[in-house]
Amino acid sequence: MDSSLMNAVVDALLSGAVTTIKVTAGALAVALCIGIALSAAAFLTSNFVVHAAVRIYVEALRNVPSLTFLFLLYFGLAALGFRLSSMVAAILGLGLIGGAITIDIFRSGFQAVPSGQAEAAASIGLTPLAAFRLIILPQGLRFALPSLGNYAIALIKDTSLVAAIAAPEIMFNARQLVNETFETAFIYGAAALVYLFLTMSVAQGVSLLERRLEVR
Amino acid sequence: MAADILLDVVNLGKSYGDFAVLKGVSFSLRRGERVALIGPSGSGKSTCLRAINYLDPPTQGEVRLDGQVIGRRSDGRRMSDLELAPQRAEIGMVFQHFHLWPHLCVRSNVALQPRKVRGLSHDEAAKLADELLAKVQLGHKADEMPHRLSGGQQQRVAIARALAQQPKLLLFDEPTSALDPELVGEVLTVIKELAGEGRAMVLVTHEIAFAREVADRIIFMDGGRIVEEGPAQSVLDDPQAPRLKQFLTSLAQRERGDG
Repeated sequence: MDSSLMNAVVDALLSGAVTTIKVTAGALAVALCIGIALSAAAFLTSNFVVHAAVRIYVEALRNVPSLTFLFLLYFGLAALGFRLSSMVAAILGLGLIGGAITIDIFRSGFQAVPSGQAEAAASIGLTPLAAFRLIILPQGLRFALPSLGNYAIALIKDTSLVAAIAAPEIMFNARQLVNETFETAFIYGAAALVYLFLTMSVAQGVSLLERRLEVR
Repeated sequence: MAADILLDVVNLGKSYGDFAVLKGVSFSLRRGERVALIGPSGSGKSTCLRAINYLDPPTQGEVRLDGQVIGRRSDGRRMSDLELAPQRAEIGMVFQHFHLWPHLCVRSNVALQPRKVRGLSHDEAAKLADELLAKVQLGHKADEMPHRLSGGQQQRVAIARALAQQPKLLLFDEPTSALDPELVGEVLTVIKELAGEGRAMVLVTHEIAFAREVADRIIFMDGGRIVEEGPAQSVLDDPQAPRLKQFLTSLAQRERGDG
């Protein structure tokens, strides 16, 4: 194996990893914002319309394959005249899909907070919003953390899907290099190692955070 | 006389569907007066207490604190939790299971209400919290997290938290039932001290000796109704209703059995 191939693989996978990290971070940010906002709204209101809207969003995005949704966003919208760059489509697409997942993670986190906590908050005269912000949210986030970690790891793996809409992440670059060099086993093996490194780093980070926050 | 009345509970009732747990309970509390609600489990005494600040909204009747109707607008409709908040702020509540907030240190547990509800500055609220913690003999625990405290200490923090509201009325919902026997005393001592200051209280308790010592009046409930009420001494020493006699006898027997 010559050193030029080695260099090409390192270059491709490193730049791919940077894109993967960008897509993951962007999609995670979008997913967390949507998840927190909608789960909080659902927690704070008994308004039927809000709950129905959240339910429809969750069911729609959970029951459509991610690839279909990404194609819809990237190719479908382009056909209608809204052209998104592949990066924007990737972040937005995975973020919207992730929002449907994180809503339920946050909601079960909030529900895991014992009911006496909210009762004590109400009894001292906190408004429902203040009680949520000061008492339920901080505790609920701790309960949600392990599941959020699992989601973040699944998200890293799912970013491989956005190769299909030409976002130059790890798998996209790997496949291109395979097409040029036919070093299939070596390149995909190296790609797998890069993913493994990324996912295990996140897992480490989350368990560190968990220990710091000491969920009780 | 009417101006002397702090709390008026009128024909309070609570039903879950067809099942009534509270069937028209009425009593009133003068300023500085202490009433103990006693009775067998399932008698509705905790429900009654929790109906006063609408944590368990009653389905019938009315609660008035200082002449102001709690939990209902002038048109009779139920208030939202948002509208209830300022009313609840005037009523301190101590729960059986403390319900301290585990993510906040002891001082913050006490300082939260003055800070976030009554608008005190951070320093003022912390100072008030430290004073109240000293009052319940826990000044040295202000920086601890609640889970590091014993049950009795946690309950005393919860009492300090309720006092920080500067409430017109204190509600105690079986404040010692969840405690190990050797920790009951320290909590009762604090409550007795508060009673000595002439604070208005409604206590739900199983501790008959304590009720006798602290309460001006005792209300005995059974089956969602008030069966007998009167000055602590006469209710406990000269019970009239057969159900109350039976209740007191069984308690006395159990105490002898334990002792």
